[in-house]
Parts: sequence; C-alpha cells; structure tokens
Amino acid sequence: MSTILPDLRYAKSHEWLKLESDGSVTIGITDFAQDSLGDITYVQLPKVGATLKAGETFGVVESVKAASDLYAPVGGTVLAVNAALESAPETVNSAPYAGGWMLKLKPADASAAHNLLDAGAYAKLAG
Amino acid sequence: MSDLKRTALRDFHAAHGARLVDFAGWEMPVQYRSILEEHKAVRRDAGLFDVSHMGEVDVKGPDAGRFLNRLVTNDVSRLFPGRVLYSPMCYPNGGVVDDLLVYLRGADDYFLCINAGNIDKDLAWIREQSAGFNVTITDRSADYGLLAIQGPKAAAIVQSLTGAKLGLIKYYHFMEATVAGIHCLASRTGYTGEDGFELYHAAGDSVALAEALLAAGAGQGLELAGLGARDSLRLEAGYPLYGHEITADISPLTAGLGWTVKLEKGADFVGRAALLAEKERGAPNQVVFFKTGDRRIVRADAPVLGADGAVVGRVLSGTLSPILNEAIGSALVATASVASAGGLQVDIRGTRLPLNLVRPPFVPLKK
Repeated sequence: MSTILPDLRYAKSHEWLKLESDGSVTIGITDFAQDSLGDITYVQLPKVGATLKAGETFGVVESVKAASDLYAPVGGTVLAVNAALESAPETVNSAPYAGGWMLKLKPADASAAHNLLDAGAYAKLAG
Repeated sequence: MSDLKRTALRDFHAAHGARLVDFAGWEMPVQYRSILEEHKAVRRDAGLFDVSHMGEVDVKGPDAGRFLNRLVTNDVSRLFPGRVLYSPMCYPNGGVVDDLLVYLRGADDYFLCINAGNIDKDLAWIREQSAGFNVTITDRSADYGLLAIQGPKAAAIVQSLTGAKLGLIKYYHFMEATVAGIHCLASRTGYTGEDGFELYHAAGDSVALAEALLAAGAGQGLELAGLGARDSLRLEAGYPLYGHEITADISPLTAGLGWTVKLEKGADFVGRAALLAEKERGAPNQVVFFKTGDRRIVRADAPVLGADGAVVGRVLSGTLSPILNEAIGSALVATASVASAGGLQVDIRGTRLPLNLVRPPFVPLKK
C-alpha cells in the first residue's frame, strides 16, 4: 500500500499538490508514482519564471525502467524548482512528499486546486 | 501472471518483497529493494541471484565432443574435466542462435547452460544439427535450479557452507561440492564481472540452498539481487546479452567477441565460412560501448547520429552505471563512423549528447 497524505490534492496523472498559506502551491509526484517508476535517476524541471498551463508537461522523471512526463495539476508561474534533485534524484523515491518536491507555482486561478482529487478519491485510483 | 513459468523460488522471492515481472515467459524478481542499491551491494559485498530460469542440456555420447566443436564457435577440444568454456552458437550465416556455457564433466559427458528465452529454439537447433552424430541430447532445464552468488565476499560465504576447497576452483572451472548439505555443481563463473559462483542443484533444493546462503551472508553484506541489477552489472562489465549485443543479425565478430571465434581450431563449425568472410572483408557495422557523462539514460533503439546528424546506428542496451553515476550503453554503428571526426551522438528530448566510446569494462573488475 502506498502512502497518501490526507491534506494534499491529487491529479489523475499521479502528481500531488499542496496549498501553502501564502497562496502558492507545491507540486511533486505521489508515493504510488515513485514506487511504480522504481529507482529514479533523473528529474528534468522547468526554469523559474516559466508559465505553465493546467495539464501541460512541466518536466520529465526518469527511472532505470523508463522516462515519464510530468504534468502541471494547475496552471501558473514557476516560483521555485527543487535544484537538489539534480544531484540526488533518488530523494523522490525516499521522500516523495517532502524532500522530493519538484516545483512551487503561483497559481493563475486560486480556486483551480479544488478541481483536483482529494485523498479519498485518489486512493480509489492508486489503491 | 498465472500463465508464466515459475522457478522453485517464486514464493521465496515474493516473501522477500520482490517485484515480480514477466521475463522471457518466467515470473522473475526484477528487484527486491532497489536496482541501484542491489547493484552496488554486488560490487561492494555480494549479491544472490535466482537464475533458475536458465536452461540446462546434457550432451553425452562417443561423438559429444566432436559434435559440440561443430556446433559452437569456440574450441571445445581445449576443455578438460572441470573446465568451463563460453561460446556463441551460430547459424550458417554467422548470426547468433544463442551464447552458452559448455561444461565437460567427464569423458563424452558435457553439460550446456543456455538462455531462458532461447530454450525451445536452442533445443530444436541442437537436435537438428546432431543428425549423423552419435550423441544423446537431454533437456534438463526443469531438473536444475541455479543460484548465482557474486561479489568480493561471495567465495567466503560459500566456503563457510562447504568442506570443499573452493580455492582450488579457478575462474571458469567447476567441481562437484556439497554446499549446506546440498549437492551442487559449483562453477566459478558469473555475469557480473565479480568473483563468485554459480551453483547448479536439484530444483527441489533451491529454497533450502537460498536460505542457507542468505543466512551465511547476513553479516557480510549479502543482499538478494534481481534481474534489474543483473542487467546493469553485466553491461558495466561489458558482457553481451542475447537479443541486444548478439542476435540472429549481429555476429560474434561484429559484437567484438572475436576471441570466442576459433576459425583455425581444426574443425569446420556452423557459421565458419561466413565468419571467415566477415573477418577478411571487415564487418560493415560494429558494436561499441559508450558513456555520456550525463545521468539521462540512453535507451535501447535510440538512433545514433554522426557529427552531421545523419543516423549511423542504434543503441542496443543502455542504463545508468550506479558506480560511475553516468549513463552507459552499447550501440551498433557503421564501422566507418567510429573513427569519424566529430564523433557520435544521441538526441535525448532535444539535447544532443556526445557518446564517449570506451573499451569495457566500465569499472575495474576482479575477473
């Protein structure tokens, strides 16, 4: 059983999203996603300042097994990316909801996150 | 995965947390914990692999030696009891049917170890080629289990379970030995580039042998290792994998295995004329090994480009070397392109990466 945190929002494409108190959102991939991918060897992320549309590809996560696209759960402007993943991509395996975060966005639409799955709905998808 | 074949260790793997996948029709562990960690454990200490899916074939009879020297490209006549030989087995056109190990147990008594995915094809081929030879060919694949224990601590772990003097078994030699009370053919061979043993045993003894080895290695860093690590270890060692570096369309000479093709062994073997012609005129393509200095894996079938961007070949195998921390792989490329100015490159999602050609192994090996 993979870990699903109750206070996060989830995309069907297995990204998680956390609403921060300052209105920004933090995005990563779920425990289910990292477990399915296996050993993660490379994470390609966008540049700070880039603008993403909801559902748009924002990067690539590579494992020994395969390379998979990453999708923005909501649209917005990239405020920060997790540069530590460049040299330690395996952090996505060991701490997908913490040190393995991928980017922070300033959402274009503050309410867009509410269209995503809650933990219960995601658990049915990734259970 | 109910229609997949299982080794005697299938439930043992599941109980140890293995991720089981379809490998050549077998339900096999691709990893237990992490491919990268299992790989590093083998280079640092030792790893235990279930390779019971491999095929075993007895070849016996007064013509057995002469037949095998006709069948394979390496020189079987150099074998003596207790010696192992690696060889490709070719089609008349020089393409490879399979690569295998030949064991000589005693007079007229040989034993072959063949790839799991090729068992049916190989047996049909071997039987067809045996017409006119006084030999008996028996498929023993279901009778044998095979455990490979590999790594710098492997020999000490096996030695702690046997009274046999394993130090007497040199690389590519074997002896019959009782390990943890189980009768084994202990072969000092492997597919990782490390020292170690491959232990052939009755399939019914596989669980007991695996548990004894795991217990004996518990304080020595021994880890269970899956087929994922087996593949990255063999590629780092520069060993070919059937279906990748050697195929029905890639001859052993093209693959850089010229040392296994004994054109002058004094026996006409299947594929000799074609391989002699290839050697004399030079092969149009060759297998090369590369590293990139980048962590992005260059995957099988990716096109290889020349300096001008034209396609000159394709990638055969690719992975991340957990030891070098960069992508490594093999490719089949036009021979003329290898020495060309500007070098070879690949395109990964819009980024051109140069291929730095190297002569394997990629890392210093014990064997």
